[in-house]
Amino acid sequence: MATARPTGTGAGDATRASSSRPPERPGRELLPQVRLKHWGRWVSAVVIVVLLVALVYGASQGDISYRDIPYYLVSPIILQGLVGTIVLAVVAQVSAVVIGVVIALMRISKNPVAQAFAAGYTWLFRGLPVLLQILLWYNLALIFPRLQLGVPFTDVVFVDVSTNDVMTTFVAAFLGLALNESAYMAEIVRAGLKSVDRGQIEAAQSIGQTPAQRMARIVLPQAMRIIIPPTGNDFINMLKGTAMASVIGYLELIKAANNIASFNLQVMETLIAAAIWYMVVVSVASVGQYHLERSFDRQDRRPGGPPNARALRRKVAADLGRAPLVRSTP
Amino acid sequence: MTTTDTTPGGAVPAAGAAPVLEAVGIGKSYGSHEVLRDVSMTVSSGEVVCIIGPSGAGKSTFLRTLNRLEEPDAGEVWVGGEPMGFELRDGVLHELSERRLSAQRARTAMVFQHFNLFPHLTVLGNVLEGPVRVQRRSAKEARREAVEILERVGLGDKVDAYPGQLSGGQRQRVAIARAVAMKPLFLLFDEPTSALDPELVGEVLKVMGDLARDGMTMLVVTHEIQFAREVADRVVFMADGGIVEQGPVEQVLGAPREARTRQFLQRVLA
Repeated sequence: MATARPTGTGAGDATRASSSRPPERPGRELLPQVRLKHWGRWVSAVVIVVLLVALVYGASQGDISYRDIPYYLVSPIILQGLVGTIVLAVVAQVSAVVIGVVIALMRISKNPVAQAFAAGYTWLFRGLPVLLQILLWYNLALIFPRLQLGVPFTDVVFVDVSTNDVMTTFVAAFLGLALNESAYMAEIVRAGLKSVDRGQIEAAQSIGQTPAQRMARIVLPQAMRIIIPPTGNDFINMLKGTAMASVIGYLELIKAANNIASFNLQVMETLIAAAIWYMVVVSVASVGQYHLERSFDRQDRRPGGPPNARALRRKVAADLGRAPLVRSTP
Repeated sequence: MTTTDTTPGGAVPAAGAAPVLEAVGIGKSYGSHEVLRDVSMTVSSGEVVCIIGPSGAGKSTFLRTLNRLEEPDAGEVWVGGEPMGFELRDGVLHELSERRLSAQRARTAMVFQHFNLFPHLTVLGNVLEGPVRVQRRSAKEARREAVEILERVGLGDKVDAYPGQLSGGQRQRVAIARAVAMKPLFLLFDEPTSALDPELVGEVLKVMGDLARDGMTMLVVTHEIQFAREVADRVVFMADGGIVEQGPVEQVLGAPREARTRQFLQRVLA
């Protein structure tokens, strides 16, 4: 095999060398060409369409009143559930990002205690099922009936409340979802920070930037390109993950659907209404993610890449013979 | 062979010029591997010093201890009369916080082998980052100066380009402009042409030559012997973590005293 290689390469070179010369045009008309018919594609397309039609027909035969679904889509309780889903997902995700950044910074710090804490945190909150975490928080009052904030081993108490007053279904669901997600966010942020070339930090040091400036001006903006896509995915997962809060009775889409169904037994109709809302919300989030990614990707760094928007605006302005419409700030 | 005593004739500062940079007894090891051994050097204002030597000699590591990108295990670096990374109180050097060290670094500047331009900032943004964000100079003033410097390195038409749209030679010239914009006490060059395609080396060396003629104090780790011959005031030959020989260009490159230097020059000039 190994001996066959050099000869093979040599032959290839020879062929390429001879074929690089344009062939002489024959003294006749070029021959007609017939394109390959992709029969396989036609067959598979027909099969897929037939199966889809069968599926739709089958669904239409089901014992379900589709005409009620639009009504449920906009019923007050479902809309309330929709708001519950969105609020819980946004609050939990935003908190998870903040906590995740802190944990990631601890993980890469030079302090061994902080490092170990961050590693343990990630291990714990990533290791347990979210549903279990939500249940643990919700039932906290069973072991700690009162929550107190004060100085240990003294009588000084700043806050003293009943656990059941604090641990509402929202708070329990929020803690379960946010803390679990923060462990994932910590890993995402850490990967993003690590992806920034060491030379970038050295260059920032060489012009005298403080650690905070280096992080804010040089490292994070570049890490964002790595951080945003998986964070967007996580947020979409978070939107769906809020469904688990229905187990402890938090009013989100599933709980709202169940509430209606418990009166009129239209289980599938209400669940499908909830499903449609999930699809809408997830689609909106996907579009948002796309635009967010684009905004952090706006300058093409590859040589020969498209000119950036600002330069393009300048060029257009110059061609029109007037000042740039948008002044670039230093 | 690797004694660090300055050879007579070398390291003679111009009369009256205070040293802008003094390295005294710098030592550095990675584990059991000693990279630098008791290296000392003094550079006066306006001097151009080229550091040459075989790879693994510790040239780059030494250069990086001067702005404390590399923390030396032993020795002191004095920049413009201040101990780098320390504060002198009652005859004792107290280590500075990273924040205060950053302020000291802002008086120096460095050009890297791999440019290390900030890819998310425009050419102008790269050059302005130090003067505006670190030195807090007025944005308008800094901007005018930055454009001027970019024009001087021949990139006046690239202010709005991103580094990714430039050639290697252009990128390195932006990096030089970024360093010059700091108005540093001295410029450190860490093999500035080693990562460039051969046909792009010339444009970068030309810019560096111009800077030298304008009186910029420069320390250049380089393999470009010809550049050293034309531009340097002093050449330092390093090998095995120490200074073997240093002195005026004609002496070190023309009539080296040490066998080790002769051997190296023969090899690179062959």
